[in-house]
Order: sequence, then structure tokens, then C-alpha cells
Amino acid sequence: MVYAVNNSSIENLLDLFYHMYRIRTVEEEIARRYSEGKMRCPVHLSTGQEAIPSIFALTITKGDFAVSTHRGHAHYLAKGGNLNAMIAEIYGKSTGCSKGKGGSMHLIDLNVNFMGTSAIVGNSIPVGVGLALSSKLKGTDQISCVFLGDGAVEEGVFYESVNFAAVKKLPVLFICENNLYSVYSDLSVRQPKGRSIAKMVEAMGIDMSFGNDNDILANQQLMKKAVSNVRSGNGPHFLEFSTYRWREHCGHNFDNDIGYRSQDEFLEWQVKDSLKLLESSLTKDGSDTTTKLSSIKEKIDSEVAAAFEFAEASPFPNQSEAYEGVYAKEEASK
Amino acid sequence: MSQMNYAEAINEALHEAMQLDSSVICYGLGVTDPKAVFGTTLNLEKQFGPERVFDMPTSENAMTGVAIGAALNGIKSVMTHQRIDFFLLAMDQLVNGAAKWHYMFGSQNCVPITIRLIIGRGWGQGPTHSQNLQAWFSHIPGLKVVMPTTPEDAKGMLLASIFDPNPVIFLEHRWLHNSIGEVLDGDIRVPLGKAKIIKSGKDITLVAMSYMSIEAIHAADYLERQGISCEVIDLRTIKPLDWETVMESVSKTGHLLALDSGFSTGSVAGEIIARVSMEKFNALKSAPARLAMPDVPEPTSPALTKGFYIRAADVAEKVMDMLGKDTGQVRKDLTEPRPHDIPGKWFTGPF
Repeated sequence: MVYAVNNSSIENLLDLFYHMYRIRTVEEEIARRYSEGKMRCPVHLSTGQEAIPSIFALTITKGDFAVSTHRGHAHYLAKGGNLNAMIAEIYGKSTGCSKGKGGSMHLIDLNVNFMGTSAIVGNSIPVGVGLALSSKLKGTDQISCVFLGDGAVEEGVFYESVNFAAVKKLPVLFICENNLYSVYSDLSVRQPKGRSIAKMVEAMGIDMSFGNDNDILANQQLMKKAVSNVRSGNGPHFLEFSTYRWREHCGHNFDNDIGYRSQDEFLEWQVKDSLKLLESSLTKDGSDTTTKLSSIKEKIDSEVAAAFEFAEASPFPNQSEAYEGVYAKEEASK
Repeated sequence: MSQMNYAEAINEALHEAMQLDSSVICYGLGVTDPKAVFGTTLNLEKQFGPERVFDMPTSENAMTGVAIGAALNGIKSVMTHQRIDFFLLAMDQLVNGAAKWHYMFGSQNCVPITIRLIIGRGWGQGPTHSQNLQAWFSHIPGLKVVMPTTPEDAKGMLLASIFDPNPVIFLEHRWLHNSIGEVLDGDIRVPLGKAKIIKSGKDITLVAMSYMSIEAIHAADYLERQGISCEVIDLRTIKPLDWETVMESVSKTGHLLALDSGFSTGSVAGEIIARVSMEKFNALKSAPARLAMPDVPEPTSPALTKGFYIRAADVAEKVMDMLGKDTGQVRKDLTEPRPHDIPGKWFTGPF
């Protein structure tokens, strides 16, 4: 895949590069440092899956809602979530986005309406639908974006949620990142061969689109169109994108050697790595863009390094805080 | 003040809450159908419109998650299920989501949802339509569990539940829906977490909840005539439980009988006995006792449910036994009502 770089496309391509490179750098820095043992919670990294969240970052507005999953770092960052607070949360620090109560799998940033992530497969899907119901009740034009994986499509709550969103014509954008594996279980042992997730969902009465991970611009158009349809009151939309996680389900290692997927398959996805393809398109003609890319990288590298320094330097919460916050106090509901 | 039954009191609370606050919505299977969940949701749709009052797909789990999501943007949902047993499909959203949201995201937002669940016994409701699972819910940090007994408390506690910033499990015993009492007009909130001493006494403390409080009162009236003075505590809220009232009463009487409409093992009554034994051991003059349902699913046939439920005679007999009195006369005086599987002869079903 080669992207045409010209005056009308370059800004968008650089923006996409910015988000993809930023997510990759954060995830790889977590992987690099994970064995130090200071990030003492499970981490589910999105390395290899940066394209869809990056498109999302450029399509959605700050006021729109989003919820995500256990593999939620990329979505949090794409929605504009505070990087320092996310890294600090993974380090279990009091400056973390959930004050050390949630860890990597419970990310939140209310400043950008990133409403939460869940460790339970499928758990955040109806929550996203409920947020859409609230927009409708309040008469705002906010849409609610629900990130999910191919595994969540096997949960009963997924069908319940899609059905309710369809019945009420709620402004929900379901974004399914199909990375072929639920932990170590291949799609073929979980869903019938040849059945398309998107088509199955379409049969439930909502619009859908399907995109391959290796054409970022085509996918960007799909998402733009879907967002605009949902926002204009046409009801929910289901987007399915095929993608691939590079590292192990949970943790910082590569795991192609343990026998649940082949090295060939892994290498095939490395060849179509969206970030590399985008970078090579951008650097093909001319040093001007190369300089711009270097400056983006430099800026992100130092931002990420600073986030880890912030997390390391931040204090741990007091032990007594473990027992606080079980119930919300009266004022919180006002 | 007016006289009304428990179901009407629930209905009045819903009207009051929705009138007071436009962010309150009400949904559940059947809330807009002609029977209106035993009359508890009558006229709500008419008064507040289909946006705020609506029937729902048969999707207990997702619809609980919908309430969470809506709550995160300031909507207060009152969700209703005709039987607690159906709601078991929603444990993920309740336990992994609603109960923990405030805590696990560092107390930044809250989930003010009220989940009305109807519990019961009798009329052949059988194994999966009659469970009293208050102990389950009270096991989960972050949930409040409420079990009002009187129409007045049903109204006041439902109002308090709706405006509480936390998820509240509101348990209504089907046998209470037709009970009648005086209920104050307007926004009369009864604070959650406060038990009520519904009868003062000095010889023994009976701790009960929901329909068991009714059985306890009948037993206490009988025992009064036998010269035994019972203090009857209606817990009203199971979680957080009003330990102060329980401990004070046991300190005074020295005897404790805990009643429970749920299964024995792991029951709320068991928890009460454990805490009292640990904290007030020296005040106890006899071993504390518990009367709860046997660890057996409730059967359906009226032949099999004869003698199955805890009723006033069981309570009276146990109290007399604990106090070393002769129990020989109790069952002759307090015979099992016929039929035994309905709240009163006026009741002709269906449930």
C-alpha cells in the first residue's frame, strides 16, 4: 500500500502518522520496561492495531462518548486521554487516571468523555449504548462509540445491546477490531467458517461497513461516513476492521513460538504494518516531509519519556485509600 | 396523609420522583402494559411520556448496562423486573459494572440506579420464581440492598433509593403489595441504612426483614399474651446494615433470634448472628438462633410447601424454646393458615 502524498493529502497523513506513532511508542515503551516489575498489573498492548484508533482520533469530537475494553490504551489515547495519567495508573500511582484503583484495564478521562474500559469481555458494550440513550434523552448531538473485539461478538450482551440500540435508533457507533484471536483461541474454533461478523450484525437491522486494516485512507472514509450517519440520527452503525495484535494476549512478549498461531501469519501482518507503510509513503519523495516526521517523532519520544518519568516520580496512594470510595457520597449525584 | 397499599405507595413514589427530577426514567418488561407490574407503574407513561417510561427488550443484562451508561451522563434509571430470578441474567453488569464503577475509576463518577426486584413465596411459584437472594447482593461491596416492609417505607425508601448516588437493589415481597397503611404525601424520603424498631420489648430481640417482619409481629403479639416481651427490629436496609440498632437491642434483651426469608447457608441472618456473637458475646444469655429457609429449592406443589415457610408459629416456638418455656401449646394456637400458600383468603392469584 502506497499513499499519494500531495498538498491536499499531506496534512491528514501526517496527523495519522502522529497518532499511530504515538500509540506505538507508548505501547512499545510499556513492553520495554514491563520486565522491570514496576507496572504490576496485566497489560494488553495494541502494538500492530494502531491504525483504527488513529483514524478514530481524527474523526470523533471531544464531546462524543467512548468506552473500550481490556485492550484499551490506544482508544484512550486516541480519544485524547491524558498520557501521564494513563502511565501513572499502570504504575499504580495516586496520579493515575483511576487513582490506582483500576490499572491498565480501567482507564477513564472525563475531560474528553472517555467514560471507561472494562476487563470483562463485552461488559462495556451496553454501557456505551446507555450513554447514547442519555444523549438522546438530553437532545444533544453526541454519539457514543463502543470499541469491542471479535471475542465480544460471542457474548450474549453484545446481541442484547445491538438489539436495543436498533429498537431505539440510538446514536451508537460500534467499532469492532477483529484481530482473529480471543486470548489464544483462533476465530475458527469460535465462529463458523466464512460467516462475516459485519454481515451477521447487519441482519439484526443496523447499517454496517467492513474495512481491511491495510488501507488507512479507505477506512478513514468508512468511519467518517459512519460517524456522520450516526450523528444525523440514522441509528446505530457497526464497523468491523480486520487487524492483528503483534504481542502476546496479555503481557510484553512475543508468543509466536507457543504454537497457537504461525510465524508466517505474524510475518505477513508485519509486512502490511500500516505505520511502516505510511512512513515509507511519506518519506518517498523529499526531505521536507522527512524532517517533519523526525520532528513529530522527536516530540512524541520526549513526551512518552516524560510520562514514564512522571509516573515513576509520582507517589503511591495511601494504604488507607483502599477502603475509601466504596459508596458515592450524596454530593456526587448532583 | 392517605391510606394506600404497598403497590400504590411504590407507584406514588415513582410519580413523585419523576415529577421532582426530569432525569429520572423508568423502564422494565411490562411497565407500560395493562397490568403495570402489579399496578406499581400505572399511569407513569401517560404522565411522563414514552421517552422516560418504556417497556424494554427481554435483555436483563444489557439493560442493566444501559442504566449504568445513562447514569454516567446524569440519568437516574429505575429498572423493574417482575421476578428477582430473571435478574440473575444481569449479574455481570450489576457486580462487575454498577457495583464497582465508582470505586474502580477513582471515585470520579457514580451510578445512581435503582433496580426493583420482586421476591415472594407460595402460589406454586416454585424453584425459579420465589427466591429471596438478598444475601447475594449484600455480599457485593458497592451495592445497597433495601427491603421495605410497610407501604410508608416502600414509598420513602424508593424515593431515597432513586436519589441515592449508588446502585440500589430494591426488593419488594409480592405478599406485601396488597398490605395497607398510612402514607404521607409528597417527597417523604426514609433514609437508607436505618432499621426501625417496630415493637419495643425487653426479653428477646427478633431481627427480621420484609415479609419476615410481618411474621415476627404476629409471633410477638402471640408471645405478648404468653407474657414474653419481644423487641422486633425491621431491618429495612440490608446493606449497609444498621448494626447500632441491632447491637443496642441485643445488649438490652440478651437474646437474639434472626429471621430470614432467604436460604439458611450464607444468609443475612447468619451474618447477624456472627457479628452479634463476635461483638456482644458477653451480653448474650443464650445461644443466638436463626430461622431461615431450608437449603432446598422451593417446590411447586401445595402439598410440598405445607409447613415449608417460616411463619409466626415457628418464630413463637423458637422464642419459647430459647427462653426455656413450654412450647406445647404454640402450634395449637397458631395453626397454619389454610390455604397456606397465599397471603390471605382474598388472594385469588395469579401472582
